[in-house]
Amino acid sequence: MTKTVFALLKKDLLLELRQQHTFYGILLYVASTIFVLYLAINKPEADVWNGLFWVIQLFVCVNAVAKSFLQEGRGRMLYFYSITSPVNFIIAKLIYNIILMLLMSVLSLLLFVILLKDPVSNMPQFIGIVCLGGISLSLVFTLMAAIAAKAQQNAALMAILGFPLIIPQLLLLIRLSKTAFGEIFRQNAVMQISLLLIGLDLMVIVLAVILFPFLWKE
Amino acid sequence: MSKNWWKILGVALLLYTFTAGFLVKVPYLGNLYESIRNFYFHVPMWFGQITLFTISLVYSIIYLSTQNLKHDIYAMEFAKTGIVFGLLGLTTGAIWATYTWGEPWSNDPKQIAAAIALLIYLAYIVLRGSITDLDKKARISAVYNIFAYFIYIPLIMILPRMVQSLHPGGMEGSKGGGNPALGGDSLDKSMRLVFWLAVTGWVILGIWITSLKIRLNLLKDKNIINE
Repeated sequence: MTKTVFALLKKDLLLELRQQHTFYGILLYVASTIFVLYLAINKPEADVWNGLFWVIQLFVCVNAVAKSFLQEGRGRMLYFYSITSPVNFIIAKLIYNIILMLLMSVLSLLLFVILLKDPVSNMPQFIGIVCLGGISLSLVFTLMAAIAAKAQQNAALMAILGFPLIIPQLLLLIRLSKTAFGEIFRQNAVMQISLLLIGLDLMVIVLAVILFPFLWKE
Repeated sequence: MSKNWWKILGVALLLYTFTAGFLVKVPYLGNLYESIRNFYFHVPMWFGQITLFTISLVYSIIYLSTQNLKHDIYAMEFAKTGIVFGLLGLTTGAIWATYTWGEPWSNDPKQIAAAIALLIYLAYIVLRGSITDLDKKARISAVYNIFAYFIYIPLIMILPRMVQSLHPGGMEGSKGGGNPALGGDSLDKSMRLVFWLAVTGWVILGIWITSLKIRLNLLKDKNIINE
């Protein structure tokens, strides 16, 4: 099974390396959005910086993940249906979107720090939180993209479905990232929130693997 | 008649709630005074919503295993009634808050979590509206319903207890969150008399309303569903 997953993952990564249209498209989106932010609000305070960062992450994730599912034509999906099991397919998609989102998260963090200055006191911790956030966002939106792809391939529908579902994790992430700005939390709070986020991520993965086969058959 | 005993029970329980709820002596806690009577109306709304969404989840799972469109209709109607209960819960909460917290909406974490839960299930309705093929609609919305439920439960049960909140059950300073229903075990004896019967009455009403809507839908789609 892992061989199939790796084969599918390799296919996606190779496609990406050769065409590069998703990667550069999202990169351009990230750069323009952050540049607009820079023009609008030159040097935001820590709270605003934090809030803006996570909102940008949200929109970047919606765009990045939407492209990965919606670019497969119907004929291609039929081909995959005949050669592989849905579990392998969804795991490969999840891993691919995680890699893509991690890359985009780190890049957008870099741009944020360069353009909007750096109010973060504990950068390694913040980078860890950003990675955790990227993974959480991409997992939920991958499943939502799978649902939206079946419902007339509408990217707007994916956003409508995804935004309410991602809010709990987003709120937890925003709260958690405050610790990297130097805010004092009560004992064990950081560990508790991180474990809750990881727990939610695992639950989403399990649900995606269980539910995707039902979406798979056309 | 014997099939409808539960409806009569529901009506009786609700009538009891409406009368006893206003006549029974209540403890005066904090600045609540008599408004604590809202406890018999506000809290059962949420018990009702969770029950209805759980039943909707069960029918979604059943649909995925049987592919019978009847179960999909059940799931949809229970979700819709759950949304209505949620709106009523937010409204009763806002009315209560006007007298106790000062304003109907104070961006309290519990209020926001309840509103987001509503958005999640409204998105379920939107999803259903966007697909035209019946089998596809049923299958995809069943998948979304199952996923949404497992986000809904942490959202309304776990998150509000982790943060400081005006709503009972939130954290005060560094203490852990407690039971948002004013302390289940420490619920005053006189209130307990009315409360659990009120919950049962409201849940029965919710199920009754849903059953009526289900019958309506089954009649409408009579040609398509083979029972």
